[in-house]
This record gives sequence, structure tokens and C-alpha cells, in this order.
Amino acid sequence: MALLLKGGHVVDPEVGLDEVADIVVRDGVIQEVGLNLSIPKGQTVDCGGSVVLPGLTDIHVHLREPGREDEETIASGTRAAVNGGFTAVCAMPNTTPPADEGAAIEFVRRRAEAEAVARVYPIGAITVGGRGEALAEMGDMYSAGAVAFTDDGRGVQDAGMMRRAMDYAKMFPVPIVSHCEDASLSGKGVVNEGVVSTRLGLPGWPAAAEETMVSRDIRLAELTGCRLHIAHLSTAGSLGLVRAAKARGVRVTCEVTPHHLFLDEDALSGYDTNLKMNPPLRTADDREALVEGVLDGTVDCVATDHAPHAAHEKELEFELAPFGTTGLETALSLVCTHLVRTGRASWSDVARFMCHGARRAIPLLPEVRLAAGSPADVTVVDPEANVDIAPSMFESSSTNSAFLGQKLKGRAVHVLVGGRVVLRDGKVTTDG
Amino acid sequence: MLSCRHIMQMSDMTPEDITSVLDTAESFREVNQRRIKKLPTLRGRTVINLFLEASTRTRTSFEIAAKRLSADAINMSGSASATVKGESLRDTAKTLSAMACDLIVVRHAFAGAPQLLAESMDACVINGGDGRHQHPTQALLDLYTMRERFGRLEGLTVGIVGDVAHSRVAGSLAPALRAVGATPVVVGPPTLMPARPDVLGAEVAHSLDEVLPDLDVAYMLRIQMERAEGMPFPSLREYARLFGMNSRRLARMKSHAIVMHPGPMNRGVEISAEVADSDRSVVLGQVESGVAVRMAAMYLLLGGAESGAAA
Repeated sequence: MALLLKGGHVVDPEVGLDEVADIVVRDGVIQEVGLNLSIPKGQTVDCGGSVVLPGLTDIHVHLREPGREDEETIASGTRAAVNGGFTAVCAMPNTTPPADEGAAIEFVRRRAEAEAVARVYPIGAITVGGRGEALAEMGDMYSAGAVAFTDDGRGVQDAGMMRRAMDYAKMFPVPIVSHCEDASLSGKGVVNEGVVSTRLGLPGWPAAAEETMVSRDIRLAELTGCRLHIAHLSTAGSLGLVRAAKARGVRVTCEVTPHHLFLDEDALSGYDTNLKMNPPLRTADDREALVEGVLDGTVDCVATDHAPHAAHEKELEFELAPFGTTGLETALSLVCTHLVRTGRASWSDVARFMCHGARRAIPLLPEVRLAAGSPADVTVVDPEANVDIAPSMFESSSTNSAFLGQKLKGRAVHVLVGGRVVLRDGKVTTDG
Repeated sequence: MLSCRHIMQMSDMTPEDITSVLDTAESFREVNQRRIKKLPTLRGRTVINLFLEASTRTRTSFEIAAKRLSADAINMSGSASATVKGESLRDTAKTLSAMACDLIVVRHAFAGAPQLLAESMDACVINGGDGRHQHPTQALLDLYTMRERFGRLEGLTVGIVGDVAHSRVAGSLAPALRAVGATPVVVGPPTLMPARPDVLGAEVAHSLDEVLPDLDVAYMLRIQMERAEGMPFPSLREYARLFGMNSRRLARMKSHAIVMHPGPMNRGVEISAEVADSDRSVVLGQVESGVAVRMAAMYLLLGGAESGAAA
């Protein structure tokens, strides 16, 4: 079965593409990219006016399965992914039970094979139960398909433990993904320490609680030679540490979430728990520094930290509600609206920080290219589409978006995963 | 009438609202000194005191205030409420709303609880203290007490001394003082200061002895061990030595200066027994003002003139 993506603006900096072109897909693989292509039979998708990108990858997603299938499943989470334009996601290990052994990684992979509409790459825990006390079986998990290790959700508090983990992990081609939060400094903090913690009378989570651990882990990466990826970096100070480390050749990468790029603590006028995330929304200055970091390449990729939560748990008192916002279905629209349409980023930049950058952070992820011979993972974006962020637009099982009510422009209209159409005309489909 | 529908935080109120509450409280104060201390003003209205955190004095003050206005006042405390059964605050709010209550006073261990209630029910909400955030009627009764003593609020300098970071009293009092043209100065060890005192409108000092001569009011906060994360100072002895109000310090204050405390007092820690019992302490006056100010707040929120004459 052949498929022709006709007349789109095809962008892939890895192969030097930034022009109107056609793409022929056959048997799940890109067969040809060029001008005035045609296929004898099969379907043609008109991509006129659209931007055709290599399939977007989100390396930080909480799929919640196993354990909290009421909040998200591998099926619903990957439907949300393709609805947001992502062809691949990395699944975080802080499930119930946590993915801290080979069998758990195997479970995610098998479940994904059976039910997922996007590619799912599991990440394993660094320590048993994510408790930070004893090394988890990284070798076993690596053999089962884990592409990275993280105790995301909390930082590895003990520096000696982290050093041991990094020393051990370096025998595998995987990064340690660090959730940087010194719990002795963040304490019970739920919002950025400063103006908002004072005004709302909420415990503060200071920038220094992140920065001290970013600094520590960069030093440990230098000591051990292990590849380090900083998850959801949120402050200008952390960014400066990563920038300096990269300049002296440390193998460190980092990601920033859309909510830290497009929201800041000023959004917290009241106690909207959809704005409670970890790390918390920072200052406008931090936010602007992070945008600069994405544009200048210090930030390797945008990752959503998609964190679905049950409505009845988010509707509690601010200090009792869980941390997190969904992100898969809003990230691309936000990037399009705030970075591309404002002229701050090109689509080529977007391909870098929403697709190729993921592989800089996690080398085991396969290459995604708009080139003959590559698997056909493709995201077609309509930059003119009007998007009203509302619960009804979500494929996710949860609706706890920090962006509800926003009016944005631009969204994925067609998505191919391995040549299969999984999003057509902005609707998730399983017949394609 | 007030410009706000609820009193959840001081920023809900304009300076005119504050003056209106204080002026209305004057007339209720007189009622409270009569032998028959009751007005028909809120007859038929239902006031629920939802106290989900331990409190005796504030709850009693609100209950007396409601009863003196002839409202039907119902107390729900933490242990008696559905909270311990696992019901969410939102569901509690909807349940109480279904019972058609007119005004709810809420005391809660977490900041933002009054806002959550107000979103989920039709009743007016008075914040009786939420976490470390605010306690606006305490600030209003403190302003009342100061105005009564000095005849004015504008131009006063008020030192708020102690655990400002964890104090909902300071969270309301500092912005309230700023709103009426007084100057709040927060005083205490840096470990007990909020991240950004300027957000509360307060100036900062770390030496009580240095600021003492400038103060018209020394407002001593209760040291709340249960709220502090880790021990924020080396010992109570050192705290009392650096920040406690005692006769020696009182003697260095202006001759007209007064000492206030929201209660309950830790005698020997933030305030010495001699000062607490001296004629410069207005602690009991604060308690007395509390009833009148809460009557005024309830009366004004529930319709003011349309409910009948004040007194």
C-alpha cells in the first residue's frame, strides 16, 4: 500500500530539507522525497499549506500503566501523543509498581506492541522502587529494552548513590536522567519560592533546590564519564550550569517542558491546581532564559512531562493536590503559536528540538529522517489551524492541562507511524 | 455594603471596605456592652462555622458574633465534619450549599481553602484562617484596636515580630496596615521571614532593639513550633533574648506605644508575663474588638442596609 504526501513544506535539517516537496511512502518506509512525485495507486494526502516534519518525539511522558489506568493507559496516552503530533514517546518508570526490573520493561513493551498507536520506549528506574536506596537491575532492564534510567518524580538524594548509579550505568549506552531536586531544600514546597509563595501563603520550592543538584550531577558526570540528561530543567541558573558544562565537553543534555517555556509563576493568581507542577512554574526571567536556551541549542529538546491526574485528586486543596499537567496534546500548538508564528523559531528549529534533540539525549532512540529508506514516522502540521484548549479535544484520559482556555494556532493534522496513518485530518484513526 | 462578596484575603477589600467594617464595628461594640446583647439583624440567616483545624477562641468569637446578630449559627469542627471520612472540601462545600447556608466561616490547615469553597457554593465566605496564608478578620480587629487607641491608623509604625513566614496573621495584617496608610515592619530572624516581605507591603528588620524606638505598636506573633520545618532558631531561650518583649524593651518604646498579641500567648517566649499583664498590653481589647468586628463583617457581607438597621 502506497501513500503520497503531496505538496507540503517539507522540513528536516538533518537531511537539508526546507522546501515544498512530495513524499512517497511504501511498506512503512519513505521511498522517495522529491518534486512532482506520483503513485499509480494508493492514497494521496494533500499537504498543501502544511508543514511536514520528521515524527516528533517526547522523551518524558507518564503513561501511568500499570497502576493508574484511570488516569492514563498506554493506549490512551499514545492516542494523546499522536493527537499532539508525536510519533514516539518515552515512558517514565514511576508507575505502580514501578518499572525497576526487566519484567516491568517487558510489560510496557508488550502492552505497547498490542495497543499503542505511537512508538513507546520504556525508561527504567535507577534505584529499586525509585526510593534512592539500592541500584535497580539496570542490565536486566537494558536487555528488556530500557533506553534510559531515571528516578523521575524525586531526585536521588544521596550523592554517593547517584555516583554509584552513574558509574554502573556507563557500561550501557544509556543516559541517567536526573530529576534535580534536593528534597532538604524543596521541603514541602509547592510553588516557586519568592513572590508567589509569599502572596499565596504556600510553601516555597526555591530555584537553588534544583540548581544545587544540577551542579552536583554535572560534577558526577565528569567524575564517572556517564552520560547525563537533566529532566525538566526550570531555572536560568540551571541552564547556565548546563551551558558551561557543555562548553567544557561534559556529556550532558537537558530538556525543558512547554509549561516552563510558556507559563511562569505570574499565572498563579489563585489556587488553580492545574498550575501545580514539579518543578514549579518559575519567574518570567527564568522563562525567557529557557526560551533563549531552546533557541540557541543549549536545551536539547522540549519534553512535555505529560502527567495525567484524576480530576478528583486535582480538585483538592493546593497543597494536597498532586503535581503535574498534561502536555502531549498542547506542546506543538504552543510552540507553533509562541515560537514559530512570532518568528523566534523556524520549523527547522522545531524539528531539532522536538524530534532530533531527543536522540542527542537518548542515543538508543532510532533515527527519524525524512529520507528514502527511513521508517515513515512523519508529522504534518497545519500552522493556521485554530486550537481552543478544552477538555473535549483531549484523547488523554485526563484533562488536567495548565493551558485550558487558551486560544492557540497550529496543530498536527496527519501523523504517520511506520507508514501507518494514525492521525488523519486531526482525528486519531486506527484504520490507517 | 462592601465591594467584595467574600472576605478571603485583604486584597479582596478596598481601603473604603476596611473603614466601613471598622465604623460598623463601633456601633456593634456598644451593643456588646449592653445587658441584652442581641440584635434581630440576621434573623433567619444561617451561618456555618466550618473549623477544620483546631481553634477555640476564633470559633467562639465568630459564634458569639453570629448569635448576637440573631443568625442561626452552626459549628462544624474537624472531627465532626465529613473531612475525616474522606470527603473532599469541594463536596463538603456543595453539601453545605445544598442546605442553603448564607455565610460560611472557614478555618483550614491549607492555604486557598476559602477560595475552593467560594468556587463551589453560593454562600458568602469569610476566611477564619487558611494555612499560613491569611486571617483577615484578625487583621481587621487589630486595626480596630489600634484605631481605638490612637484615633487614627495613618502614619502608625507597627512592628510585627516573630514567625512571619508561617503566620497567617502577619499575612493579613501587613497588607492591611499598608492599605490604611500605616507602615508594617516585620522583625525576626531571617529563618522566620517570608521569601519576599515586600509582597506583603512590609519593611524588614532583623534587630528588634534597633526598631523599638520607632514603633507605635509592637505586635508579637506566637511562636508556632508545629508549623516550622526544622528548628528555625537555636533555642527558645535565644529567641526570647533576641525577639521577646519584656519590661526592659517596653521601657525603650515610645511612651504611648502599645503591645499586641493575637493569642494564645507563650508567656516567657515572645512576651513576658509582666508585659502581657501591663496596661500597655491591649491583648484583651483585641479579643473584645474581635466580636464587634466579626459582627460587622457578617452584617456587611449579608446585605448591610437591606437586612435592617445596624443598631
